[in-house]
Amino acid sequence: MTVNKQNEDFGRAALPRRQADQQVSPTESIDASLRWPLFALFGGAALWLVAGSVLAMIASIKFHAPDFLAACPWLTYGRVQPAADDALLYGFCIPAGLGVALWLLAQLGQTPLRGAIVPVVAAKLWHLGVLIGLAGILSGNSTGFAWLEFPRAGSVILFFAYLLLALWAMMNFTARRERALFPSHWFLVAALFWFPWIYSTANLFLVAWPARGIVQAIIGWWFANNLIFIWLALVGIGVTFYFLPKFSGRPLQSYYLALFAFWTLILFGTWCGIPPGAPVPAWMPVLSSVAASLTLVPVFAVGVIAWQTLCGSTHCEPKGGPFCFIRFGFASFVLSSLMFIATACPRMSRVTEFTWVGPAQTQLQLYGFFAMTMFGAIYHLLPRVVGVELPFPKLARLQFWLLMLGVLLFIVPLAIGGVEQGMKLNNPNDIAFMDATKAMLPFLRTSTIGLLLILLGNLLFALNFFAMTFVWGKSLVKKAYTIVTAPLKNQEVKA
Amino acid sequence: MKNGFWIFIAGFLALGGSWCGFVLAPELQLGGAKQTAVLNTSDVYPVGRPGEATQGASVYRANGCAACHTEQVRQNGMTCGVTLTEAGKNPEAVTNLISSLVLTNLTKEEADAASAKIADAGGKTEIHIAATGPDIARGWGMRQSVAEDYLYDRLVQLGSLRAGPDLANAGARADANWQLLHLYAPKSEVKGSAMPPFRYLFEVRKIGREPSPDALKLPPEFAPPAGYEVVPKPEARELAAYLLSLRANVPLYSAPISP
Repeated sequence: MTVNKQNEDFGRAALPRRQADQQVSPTESIDASLRWPLFALFGGAALWLVAGSVLAMIASIKFHAPDFLAACPWLTYGRVQPAADDALLYGFCIPAGLGVALWLLAQLGQTPLRGAIVPVVAAKLWHLGVLIGLAGILSGNSTGFAWLEFPRAGSVILFFAYLLLALWAMMNFTARRERALFPSHWFLVAALFWFPWIYSTANLFLVAWPARGIVQAIIGWWFANNLIFIWLALVGIGVTFYFLPKFSGRPLQSYYLALFAFWTLILFGTWCGIPPGAPVPAWMPVLSSVAASLTLVPVFAVGVIAWQTLCGSTHCEPKGGPFCFIRFGFASFVLSSLMFIATACPRMSRVTEFTWVGPAQTQLQLYGFFAMTMFGAIYHLLPRVVGVELPFPKLARLQFWLLMLGVLLFIVPLAIGGVEQGMKLNNPNDIAFMDATKAMLPFLRTSTIGLLLILLGNLLFALNFFAMTFVWGKSLVKKAYTIVTAPLKNQEVKA
Repeated sequence: MKNGFWIFIAGFLALGGSWCGFVLAPELQLGGAKQTAVLNTSDVYPVGRPGEATQGASVYRANGCAACHTEQVRQNGMTCGVTLTEAGKNPEAVTNLISSLVLTNLTKEEADAASAKIADAGGKTEIHIAATGPDIARGWGMRQSVAEDYLYDRLVQLGSLRAGPDLANAGARADANWQLLHLYAPKSEVKGSAMPPFRYLFEVRKIGREPSPDALKLPPEFAPPAGYEVVPKPEARELAAYLLSLRANVPLYSAPISP
């Protein structure tokens, strides 16, 4: 695809031709400049993805047999469960998101990444931080705050690794040769500086110098909401807004609606997260509930953009291609956001709070929306970056089906069971707590099957990724070998 | 939005706004909170937990108990009841009046009105306040949790999922011995419990010259083989002490109830 065509895809119908005609590097050199950073980011991410789903399986099996691995303190439910969540979020979602963002910024700006060694080192550091953090949780050194469980050593490393990666992405962004800004830019650039702010605030006021009493819980909710809802949405939607025009063959509909969605998302979404009825002064949960209902606006806007961009599309993508992942991810985003908004409304919250509806929504956001979108993006960009075709395209197709079924089997029972659990918990005169808990077990056990499918799908992703690096390495060796063993030219022999 | 600067400003304003709202403002409003008075007494609340319980909070954190247990009670509302404490000089009139009044399941205003009417007839009354809601009916507490309950906790572990019961008032429901037995073998105390056993907090050892006075008295199907005994490690004791220290049911201005 030519540079011109590529730019026309992204919203700005009337790009200044002058800019597009300037001498831009060929796409290959941009892709090549990102090869090592993306290997480092995605490689570790693929490993953590598998590790996280194994940990989640262990946690889930405990609902079939509470005695399973109970003698081992490292694998007790209360440690394995947060470790699984953090391995997915910090191990896979964030590095994968950063990798895709690096690639997208370089592509949209038509600028190769300079000094690629720094993001490589930063990516290695990030994964080291995740390793230390997970070991900390499993050995009983968790901080005890949701989504912030990593002990101090781990989170300090994560913070500086992120700063380095974000800095390099920003340097690439400011040095871009294609000066026009696309909707994806706003979302991704905002996400780049979102994380350092919320992560440092949370670590300073919860771990280093803990705030007093209930203030901790409030800061904890603010952090979790800004990370799980806002950060993931910024990156995921930013990436989706790049791919929607690419797959449909028409520009994003429209630029101004995307601007509106961006503004309303960061304006309203950041105030969500304090549960109704929390033991805090009443203005906080009220404000949060109002903000949550206003968050319907950006979700609706994003939905309209996708609908109008995809409708009337003439392209026909093959099944299981990157587009399927991204389409499923997008549908999950809308669904999980609606769940999030509904459960923030006091009337609903009275039923769903403290039930499995909450974890179901979070997992839909993490797996259904974000991880799926990242799979799609990575399957799209990796062959271009590595210069090697996907080794097992059929397995990628299989992975899509496994993950789709897996996510549905994982989330739907938890959500339905959770609502039932909530209604039973609200009926204290007729239903004992034990019975409400027992009624949840069949749903939890069904969700184990979903997790198993997700685990298999994740294994296929890791297989595809590592097979690809292997094929690429082999081709390098072959090239080197042919150079070394090439017959000497006659001239040289004579001389 | 022609350049990156405006994205930065937009993000800065949006995130900065919510930072001021949910980080700065709560800190200003609650960060300097002090003990409050317990209603109708000269006591103050809360008092810090004993040392062993503070260490137990750390065991609670390390083992992720908050993954399944909350420490926050909700209430939907409250009901008031009026009781006569003294009939006064004209008992007949008061009795007649009372038989014509509804004295239970009242709102605060109705209770005050009824109380005033009885006072006019010469009787003396007391108003009783009780919290209502499913959590209260389940016996998880006498009132909703409020910010004051967590004032002295170095780590506030509210929890967000009730795979197990709420523990905000666990200390009021069971004694240390029950807690230890339940930690070692949950099914021995709660039939069909889904809680994983925390056997690694205990030591199973050969009985020495004399059995340890601390050894758990387990039912036969959970007991160790003959000649062995189960003794809680310090972590188990601390955790039990923490669970015993969980009591949040004194009447406060922000959550009035009658004791």
